[in-house]
Amino acid sequence: MTKQKSVIEKTPASAAEPDKYLRMYQQMMSIRIFEEQVNDLYTRALMPGLAHLYIGEEAIAVGICSALRPDDYITSTHRGHGHCLAKGASPDRMFAELLGKEAGYCRGKGGSMHIADPATGNLGANAIVGGSAGIATGAAFSAKRLGNGRVAVCFFGEGALGQGLLYETMNLAQLWKLPVIYVCENNTYNEYTHYSETTAGDVLARPKAFGIQAERVDGQDVRAVYATANAVVERARGGNGPAFLLCDTYRYRGHHVGDVSREYYRSKQEEQKWVSERDPIKLFSDWLIAHKLATAGQLQTMNAEVKSTIDAAVQFALNAPYPDPLEVQQDVYA
Amino acid sequence: MSTLDVKTAMAPSATERELTLGEAIREALAEEMRRDPRVVLMGEDVAEAGTVFKVLTGLSAEFGTDRVIDTPISEAGFTGLAIGAAMTGLRPVVDIMFGDFIALVMDQMANQAAKVHYMSGGKWKVPLVMRTTLGATRRSAAQHSQSLHAWFSHVPGLKVVLPSTPYDAKGLLKSAIRDENPVVFFEDKMMYKLKGAIPAEEYTIPLGVADIKRSGDDITLVATSSMVQVALGAAKMLQEIGVGAEVIDPRTTWPLDEERLIESVKKTSRAIVIDEGYARYGATAEIASVIAEGAFHYLDQPVKRIGAMHVPIPFSPPLEDVTVPTEQMVFEAARKMCGKS
Repeated sequence: MTKQKSVIEKTPASAAEPDKYLRMYQQMMSIRIFEEQVNDLYTRALMPGLAHLYIGEEAIAVGICSALRPDDYITSTHRGHGHCLAKGASPDRMFAELLGKEAGYCRGKGGSMHIADPATGNLGANAIVGGSAGIATGAAFSAKRLGNGRVAVCFFGEGALGQGLLYETMNLAQLWKLPVIYVCENNTYNEYTHYSETTAGDVLARPKAFGIQAERVDGQDVRAVYATANAVVERARGGNGPAFLLCDTYRYRGHHVGDVSREYYRSKQEEQKWVSERDPIKLFSDWLIAHKLATAGQLQTMNAEVKSTIDAAVQFALNAPYPDPLEVQQDVYA
Repeated sequence: MSTLDVKTAMAPSATERELTLGEAIREALAEEMRRDPRVVLMGEDVAEAGTVFKVLTGLSAEFGTDRVIDTPISEAGFTGLAIGAAMTGLRPVVDIMFGDFIALVMDQMANQAAKVHYMSGGKWKVPLVMRTTLGATRRSAAQHSQSLHAWFSHVPGLKVVLPSTPYDAKGLLKSAIRDENPVVFFEDKMMYKLKGAIPAEEYTIPLGVADIKRSGDDITLVATSSMVQVALGAAKMLQEIGVGAEVIDPRTTWPLDEERLIESVKKTSRAIVIDEGYARYGATAEIASVIAEGAFHYLDQPVKRIGAMHVPIPFSPPLEDVTVPTEQMVFEAARKMCGKS
């Protein structure tokens, strides 16, 4: 939990983009409330299957995606709701997909772990750990070859650091100077195992060994993530190759919504310490108020608006029809 | 192998030329790359080296090394990259040197490429071709000799092509490149020098249409890829004892032209399915099952399957040679089924 030196400290902490910051706050709050509603739907047995909540990690998705253009690409993970929302997905169609409804982003065929949306550059959330490293790198390959100036971001958790594909594609990305940003969200746990038990050596030394620019960022500080993302995204867009961001964060909840008894792998005190001292939304709202970019009252109003949008999205999804079973054989082939 | 046995579906024309199977593949790639700037080739030693089999010789000179791209020895990595590139505006053709190496790309092909379109509710597409090889008897031992096309044929979302002639190879490869889905294209590495007639004018062959390579009334020999030549050789031997064998090549294991296979067996009442993959749980099992279900009341006896022996492919020539189906094996099996002594 030590504070990391990052690009933000080299950049003036100006309030040059107040509207952008307020938008970032709103997005973080949307993800938080969205995920709380997912947990609620699961607990009330209204959602088929499971979901992996992003609560506690909101600053990373929002900080990164705020540095992207609408036509830039992302790939996401099984813990992907935050990435999809931050890239511009609409909560109502997200919930519809989580409930397996026809109005969902994938017409109910993907579910929580496979939200994909070409309109927002979302190449798809991926339920194979590290499985999307090739897809993101390939999107960057297309961007470079087609000269459209796009950048691709590959989100993955620290659990993916054990997967060979990541290193194969980082090698290709640096060889060919592809505009791809590898964003490692170290939420401290590979499922139920502390990452220190699975990860040898210095993580940043791995991308650095390929010559890839690598930065460690405080993943609870959305401004730090945003500033660092801006720097490496623009660098990549300018043809200077890939970057790797290691974002330190913490998964407040279990590996999935059903993982509620967690004492056998981590203590309640540890969880509480992150929640009370390092909450990304609390840290950001304190900063916004201290720098007079918002009042507490304005933020509360914003929270209420977000809550009502999310509540409406849940209702939309609950009321939406399921797909016709005859659709099961559609879209196996294009 | 005799070139005389290579039947094409085309009438001979004044402009027809003889090309090897390798040349036919190169010509298909070159034509598609000229037609469509989105087509790029990538793989190990595909550029100046033209692959270990020299199938791509000359392509990097015409199209440049930014369209004929040498990759690191990193099959999963460049296949994954090609999937992402296919989703975002390119039409990559990746080269997996030996079919055995598909084990290295299985997550990318089976979990990613095959499922992207379906999982996204039909929104993302993966117009990708993976060219790879199959076939034993090159004295290359257990990790460079397998015929593993059944692995991909098992997965919904993939198409699998097995050309057996230069004519088919060219027409099918052009269709594969124009297809909106991931297509795996298996080339028999022992057939690259096989010659056959190729028309000068452009043509394509749709995926999913079986081709009758030889007509006959007494027994159907369903054969794929390398085994088409074996079946044609056996058919010639059968002719000499008065048995008319029909040789039918499905050309794609998925989509599978069930209708034409069943029609042939309804006519002949007997069938042997020959494929260089392992018979157990293999392409022969699926095709035999399709025939048994579709032509049950027309069959004189159970459908017979002949595939690779269920062993890792050995190195030593006398060991390796007995693992692969031969003309003699097919002839003997057919002779018995037809009651000829």
